[in-house]
Amino acid sequence: MSQDPHSTIDEASGTSTTGHEWDGIKELNTPLPLWWLYTFYACIAFSVLYWIAYPAWPLIGGYTHGLLGWNSRTAVVGDLKNLQTLRGPMNAKIAKASLKTIENTPELLAFARAEGAAAFAQNCAPCHGAGAQGSYGYPNLNANRWIWGGTLDEIHTTIEHGARWTADPDTHMMMMPAFGHDGILKPEQISEVADYVRTLSGNKPSPGADLAKGAKLFADNCSACHGPNGKGNIQIGAPNLTTKVWLYGPTKADIMHRVEVGGGGTMPAWHGRLDEPTIKALTVFVHSLGGGQ
Amino acid sequence: MNARDIRGTRRVATVAAVDNSLYAAAPKIYPQSVHGTFRRIKWALLVVTLGIYYFLPFLRFDRGPNEPDQAVLVDLAHRRFYFFFIEIWPQEVYYFTGLLILAALILFLMNAVAGRVWCGYLCPQTVWTDLFRAVERLIEGDRRERIHNDALPLTAERLARKALKHFVWLMIAWWTGGAWVLYFADAPTLVRELATFQAPAIAYISIGILTFTTYALAGHMREQVCIYMCPWPRIQAALTDENALNVTYRYDRGEPRTSLKKAEVLRATGGRAGDCVDCGQCAAVCPMGVDIRRGAGLDCIQCGLCIDACDTVMNKIGRPPRLIAYDTDVNIKRRLAGLGNVYRLLRTRTVLYTVLIAVIGAIMLTSLATRNNLGVAVMHDRNPLYLQLADGSIRNAYMVRILNHTTATSSYVLKVKPFTPANVTAIGTGKSKDGWPKVEIGPDQTYELRVLVTLPASASSVASRDITFQIINKTSSQIATARDHFLTR
Ligand code: SF4
Ligand code: SF4
Repeated sequence: MSQDPHSTIDEASGTSTTGHEWDGIKELNTPLPLWWLYTFYACIAFSVLYWIAYPAWPLIGGYTHGLLGWNSRTAVVGDLKNLQTLRGPMNAKIAKASLKTIENTPELLAFARAEGAAAFAQNCAPCHGAGAQGSYGYPNLNANRWIWGGTLDEIHTTIEHGARWTADPDTHMMMMPAFGHDGILKPEQISEVADYVRTLSGNKPSPGADLAKGAKLFADNCSACHGPNGKGNIQIGAPNLTTKVWLYGPTKADIMHRVEVGGGGTMPAWHGRLDEPTIKALTVFVHSLGGGQ
Repeated sequence: MNARDIRGTRRVATVAAVDNSLYAAAPKIYPQSVHGTFRRIKWALLVVTLGIYYFLPFLRFDRGPNEPDQAVLVDLAHRRFYFFFIEIWPQEVYYFTGLLILAALILFLMNAVAGRVWCGYLCPQTVWTDLFRAVERLIEGDRRERIHNDALPLTAERLARKALKHFVWLMIAWWTGGAWVLYFADAPTLVRELATFQAPAIAYISIGILTFTTYALAGHMREQVCIYMCPWPRIQAALTDENALNVTYRYDRGEPRTSLKKAEVLRATGGRAGDCVDCGQCAAVCPMGVDIRRGAGLDCIQCGLCIDACDTVMNKIGRPPRLIAYDTDVNIKRRLAGLGNVYRLLRTRTVLYTVLIAVIGAIMLTSLATRNNLGVAVMHDRNPLYLQLADGSIRNAYMVRILNHTTATSSYVLKVKPFTPANVTAIGTGKSKDGWPKVEIGPDQTYELRVLVTLPASASSVASRDITFQIINKTSSQIATARDHFLTR
């Protein structure tokens, strides 16, 4: 670097200045080491090579792909492959073992719970919640009331084929009729049957409720699916109405609304999207949340 | 001394040499060999520290059948750190935090007592650079010879010498990198694997990187690392005070400098002459290219070699030694004012550092000595916090992590107070005779247990109650406990 023509000698220190001056303050020339400069040049050269080697420039129809062909998407795909290889031996054991065996072998149980937890967080948490605690219309999987059954095999079937997932021929299909919308029950009848249903789970009847009428309506319209005592039927996904666990809420208004519109929740079939060991791991994970039967 | 003198020579020298450029090539420094007290201390420390570094991985320590028998081992794969009888698990990294705090405080204390003794004697950069210089001196000769030769055109003989020097440097650098990786695996096995090219790639890569950095930093960059790259000179400048012992040119005794002859004449005629004969030995031996007579500067690492050099001169001319010495600013001022020396070792900062070091050391030692080799940690499920079951009873779920620090498989029973076995279940466990969950845990392992505690619906009268998890080792009857809460609403 050649000297600036405005460079002067600073009187106080005897050092030359760089020629830069702001408001009468001059910058002393205190030379940096030369290798510093070369390091700077090397960084510039490196950045140019980096542009060429890696995806860098946005263009109208895409971007430059870089000579190395690297991109984060293939890197992720590679990482996932590695993960699969890493988990391969354990997943092979999971694939071979029965669900019961997995639960009874500490090593397999620990692995299945870990893998299941990860798969749950990715696939199931959006509906059932991060802690599988469920919410309005989405079952709480920690509790011990099951709509489609809570044994290992039943949970496995539900995960595999989903519920009311018409794309899967083996899915759980049954649905509650819309008693109100379809004109099967009149509004006052819906109110009466709701009064009765609330008492099934041990709630005090509302004042003035005619429970006999409600019981009669229940026997005629509801017991076919929910059973004569309201204990439900997991074969057809008719929930047990005598428990403290509610899918759509325990108030009379909640119940009336459900009788009015009928229906039921939909769950996708995971068969085909998740591989068998993952579905098994999910099954064991959900079962071991504590509500499994 | 005016402000200009106080700045180190290096800066002044460089500016004068290349006054027309914003960048300057570093001046080559040819430190001369020197003998004396401080040089001997430096050699001794070099042998001890490098000896420990290079050979420690080969030291064996018997920990029993399931544990590695390397005295110092960082086992990354199993997340264990072994240091003789101490075994650190990942959740105990606070011991390292403690060590780092201790190290910082010891550095502060060293600095308050005797300036940059760390830099001059113990810093790896100093120690390795010293070793590399010794090699250079052995092969290419001392200061005069090197300056003389470097000014001449290269001959085949000198080229061969230079090549030999770089080869020895690279060998040392390579061994330095090699010793480093031995701390991360069983040393004898790794040496065998390295020799037969069976070692993992990361070992070769690490050795390669460290070989390069050692060669570059100790062989080529040397004092520039201390001056441009290391933050410590700046920090220590803020930590030192006028009572700290720093390598100092006692200008009260040395000035005015004259030649030996003139001094004799002056003294004979009753005039005043300083002890410094301006021989330049102190600057010639300095590995940092500093002239200590210009005063304290950030580029002096206080290695004391100039003291040795000047002592030799003083000895020869029959004046008392320690014209350059570890001395304090206060004493120079006092002597100029005709007062005696004082050394105030007990100062607020030295006392404070010592107390802090003692307290933190004591805390660490107690926690290490009273460490349980059975551990338990409990985490309450956050989502849901509590749960109502079909029959209305309330359930809370916990993740209980049991740590078996011992070297044997043991059987553990979990008790939860104040509940009964009927309230407590754990996923995937057996039951003890009295109905509590029971698990077996392998040596040196942790086990994660999902524990469910259930109370009947009537329990909801209390929103939250205390709950204690007790882990009992059936073999040793050792007990570990952890507290948490049971929530009902
Ligand atoms: S001036 Fe003296 S103490 Fe400081 S670095 Fe040089 S030789 Fe070492
Ligand atoms: S070695 Fe001692 S006598 Fe020689 S120049 Fe340095 S301070 Fe003066």
